Amino acid sequence: MSTTEIDRQWTTRLRKRVAGKLPPEKLLPDTQPAYVASWIYVFGVTTLAALSIVIATGCILAIRGPEWWHGSYIGHFVNSLHLWSVEIFFFAMIVHLWGKFFMGAWRGGRTMTWMTGCVTFFASILAGFTGYVSQTNFDSQWISTQAKDGINATGGGAYFNVLNLGQMLMWHIVLLPIAAIALTAIHVILVRIKGVVPPYAEDSEIAQ
Amino acid sequence: MSKKAFRPDVDAPEWKGGHAPYDIIKEGTIAIVVVGLLTIILATFFGSPDEHAVTVRTWSNADPVDFAQTAISELNGTSTTASYGAPYNTAGDGQQLGPLKLAKWVGVRIPVNTVNDFIIKPLKSLPNEPTLDQNLATWTSASSAQQTTWVNNYSKAASKLTFSNGHVVVPSTNAGPVPVMIDDLTQMARSGALDQALVTGGGYYATDYTKPLLFLADSGYLANLADKQHLTGSQWGMMNETGQYPGQAWLWLYTFWYQVAPFNTSANADVQVWGLMMVLSVGLLLLPLIPGLRAIPRKVKVYRIIWREHYRS
Repeated sequence: MSTTEIDRQWTTRLRKRVAGKLPPEKLLPDTQPAYVASWIYVFGVTTLAALSIVIATGCILAIRGPEWWHGSYIGHFVNSLHLWSVEIFFFAMIVHLWGKFFMGAWRGGRTMTWMTGCVTFFASILAGFTGYVSQTNFDSQWISTQAKDGINATGGGAYFNVLNLGQMLMWHIVLLPIAAIALTAIHVILVRIKGVVPPYAEDSEIAQ
Repeated sequence: MSKKAFRPDVDAPEWKGGHAPYDIIKEGTIAIVVVGLLTIILATFFGSPDEHAVTVRTWSNADPVDFAQTAISELNGTSTTASYGAPYNTAGDGQQLGPLKLAKWVGVRIPVNTVNDFIIKPLKSLPNEPTLDQNLATWTSASSAQQTTWVNNYSKAASKLTFSNGHVVVPSTNAGPVPVMIDDLTQMARSGALDQALVTGGGYYATDYTKPLLFLADSGYLANLADKQHLTGSQWGMMNETGQYPGQAWLWLYTFWYQVAPFNTSANADVQVWGLMMVLSVGLLLLPLIPGLRAIPRKVKVYRIIWREHYRS
């Protein structure tokens, strides 16, 4: 097989493209620009850490099914871990979002990084909501019967029935986690490719 | 060839300064350990709420008159569900956003006929009830006008319903089979059989609780329980959860609009708030592309606090 033929292979071209865009030193950097020195940067990695705990505790709850935690001390504790990791996740994510807003983090060709972060936020809200209506207790009854009016008014309730436990649970444990994880992965890869946004230029710098 | 002008809200200056050591794996590991410990501490000290689900059985035993009055509202078409419109039925136009009748255009996709689904079908599922069967036969064979007359006569007496010796007692009224139907439905509800009949309407296995939840939501009982738990719309509604827990605090902006004019008095509040939140969400998403909005962080200068070390040097 000739070198030219190998170069034309889809696999070779994909590998070269990925290696060009995201070489190992960018994917797993061992240095970072000196301006990355603020507590605000902690909230991005905190969001990722909380997401990993949300997923881990959710997987443990999934092993014994959606009603296990009502009658088991261990199950209830795992549910509490799930709840509080979700609270930390959203707290960290929202601080991260505000931080990135005040840094103008879309600058320098980072528009897609901003957008994937926003969509991840929206998907996470939906994931949290479907979790609340899948608890199979009074909270899920009340929240779902109240929320139905909002989504029904848009016409969306005809397809996304918040009173249908089976549908909500499937969205909560399959579709939305896949979306949230995939979006988070894309977001992090974009951050690694583009790097952390530099500070705003001083007026004197712009003049030069 | 002229050099392209630098756009401070779009372009980022090239970093020509130094770099510092950064151990991304160590940082991630520390973050997971710290967040994990914080989660364990919060879960240990605060736990999580778990109020038992309300059933039609608990509702009808706690307040049989409210149950019977709700049942008659399902029969006479005045309950929230019976008069809802899309996606459940065609009884109402639903909300509209200006000229847009979104729900009505989508149509009935989750059909709910409160008379048949909440009253008649469950009653027909009861075995060995000759008196009930006779009354149901009378109901079924009657004309629509006759049914309406019976239901209206019963409805007039509904505010005077009492519950005595395990039965719904209604003042003397010319309501045909309706008193027997409502009383037997109340007995069925108090036994727990109605919960099952409402869920399993479509077959043996069921995960769709649309019908029992709609029936429960039509009652005053569920709303009273929610009010005691500070969960109603005027109490910042569905972002809360039972007990002293943060709930879905991230929904504060969505819930906020329901508390203020014009939404707090609007008959179309749901679709208006949803419309507003969609606009705001798209605005957030497209913020990097919107001149003026994308300049806000540069003008408010919070970034000078975030990067204070950089600007100091």
